[in-house]
Amino acid sequence: MARPGPLARLWAPGLALALLLVAPPFLSSFFLTLLTQAVIYAILAMSLDLVLGYTGLSSLGHAAYLGLGAYSVGILTTRHGAGFWTTLAVGVLLAVAVAAVFGLVALRATGVYFLMITLALGMVAWGLAHRWVSLTQGDNGISSVPRPAGLPFSLAGAVPYYYFALGAFVLAYLVLRTVVGSPFGRTLVGIRESESRMRTLGYHVWLHKYVGFVIAGGIGGFAGVFWAYYNGFVSPTDLELATSVETLLMVALGGRGTLVGPALGAGLIVILKNLVSVYTQRWLLILGAVYIGTIVYAPEGVVGAVRQWTTSSKGDGT
Amino acid sequence: MEFLVNQLFNGVSYGALLFLLAGGLSLIFGMMRIVNMTHGSYYLLGGYVALSVMWRGGPYVLAVVVGALAIALIGIVEWNAFLRRLSGQELGQVLTTMGFALIFQDLALVVWGGDPYTIRIPAMISGSVTAGPFTFPVYRMFIVAVAAFIAVVLWLVLERTRIGAMMRATVDDPEMARGVGINVYLISMGVFSLGAALAALAGVVAGGFVGVYPGADFEILPYAFVVVIVGGMGSLKGALVGSLMVGLLDNFGKALFPELSYFTLFAPMAAILAVRPTGLFGRA
Repeated sequence: MARPGPLARLWAPGLALALLLVAPPFLSSFFLTLLTQAVIYAILAMSLDLVLGYTGLSSLGHAAYLGLGAYSVGILTTRHGAGFWTTLAVGVLLAVAVAAVFGLVALRATGVYFLMITLALGMVAWGLAHRWVSLTQGDNGISSVPRPAGLPFSLAGAVPYYYFALGAFVLAYLVLRTVVGSPFGRTLVGIRESESRMRTLGYHVWLHKYVGFVIAGGIGGFAGVFWAYYNGFVSPTDLELATSVETLLMVALGGRGTLVGPALGAGLIVILKNLVSVYTQRWLLILGAVYIGTIVYAPEGVVGAVRQWTTSSKGDGT
Repeated sequence: MEFLVNQLFNGVSYGALLFLLAGGLSLIFGMMRIVNMTHGSYYLLGGYVALSVMWRGGPYVLAVVVGALAIALIGIVEWNAFLRRLSGQELGQVLTTMGFALIFQDLALVVWGGDPYTIRIPAMISGSVTAGPFTFPVYRMFIVAVAAFIAVVLWLVLERTRIGAMMRATVDDPEMARGVGINVYLISMGVFSLGAALAALAGVVAGGFVGVYPGADFEILPYAFVVVIVGGMGSLKGALVGSLMVGLLDNFGKALFPELSYFTLFAPMAAILAVRPTGLFGRA
């Protein structure tokens, strides 16, 4: 089968982006808030996809990077009146630095062991946010985080901030797209498929995994910066275990190793969580069913299911 | 001195509780490589079921037994219907068991409400013993005794009986075990339900001093995981050493460095794993 041309491959993301660009005037403020939340979580889910989908490592501590970015903003803006660029630089660099340390520990293992170690590392970050009260204000969290300052335009309203977050999302998508499309990204996929084969071929397997892990952490921190400004509030829930698992769900629900899928998954989960909780108190029950249903009915995610359906309907009779 | 002894005692008794919770989890990990996020829910539900038995006038012992059996049954159903099919798929296991954990959390809220409860302990094991300048609550000594008893029984079963040999064989190499005629299916199911029952037992026991309350499931879960990963999956000795370490680190950390208490617990764990990724007593 011939590979679809660039136009054919770009029409779906292009259409999605166009819809996201024209959406605000048609949405109530409630849905606009949800959409903003969704594009920010989409950044986090896409960054996790680099580790989970492309490298094949299930990380149970990815929320830590969201938290690092978010707390950088919370602490620097409320205590030091820092501007946007300062918080962005600190948030991303801090996440990169922590991912560089965590990666050294976690990448000594694979499979279940990797999962467990990332869980413990995620708990280290959560524990600091939870108990280091003089810095993080503990469970009370840091409230009244202002909107970004020091930019040539105002982001006070919901619509400007939405476009701001959308811009961040597009940037993150393009960066990750470039990474996974590069020889480096192809090597990651090779490692996912067969680590020993890649090693035999002379690739430095550990270094590839490590660099991928650190990039994912940095982009997770990037998401956290926008999350804190959006929410106006930073608390230990941003980096608790449940958030890490929820990010895994977003990636799995959308479709691992596709970038677009996790973004879609993030949107679905954010909207589902918020909509269902409007109608019923029992939304945890429904969210739980979504977790199980995803694994039982769509183990390759929405994008995987769509791909399977389109290729099988085209390929009939051969 | 008094501080040291008290903290030591509290740490050991908390470690004993963790052993009840994590011993079964470790066997489940070792044998089936199942990442079970529902394990905290077994702990919580065990406490709640026991509470309900006692509300209806049941004695403490009956509450313990009913709690453990009910949760073992839940574990069997969950394992048979879902987890068995997901062997080797960590992501699928994490998400499925997380789904169950959320469902159980919500159902518990519907059935038992949001108020915290304490399980009333029999007069025989309440009160405290004074030895010189020190006071030890009898109940905490009881927990240590129960954990020690369970540890000895598990060790005897694993090392000295035919069924224990079959279990160890299944941990080491399920395929070979199947090849020599061991019913891996039954053994695995047995171990899974045993793990669930032990977690429920831990929940009932904990109900006597920290209480039963919404959120206890996700609060205790990371502790259980840390015990298992530090001790080494599938190792009883590892679970025992890991529980004591975590119990002591947690207590001393909270008492000495309250601001860094979780850091002092999880950071040494991460350091151990950096040196030995399979845990202290684990085999790759």
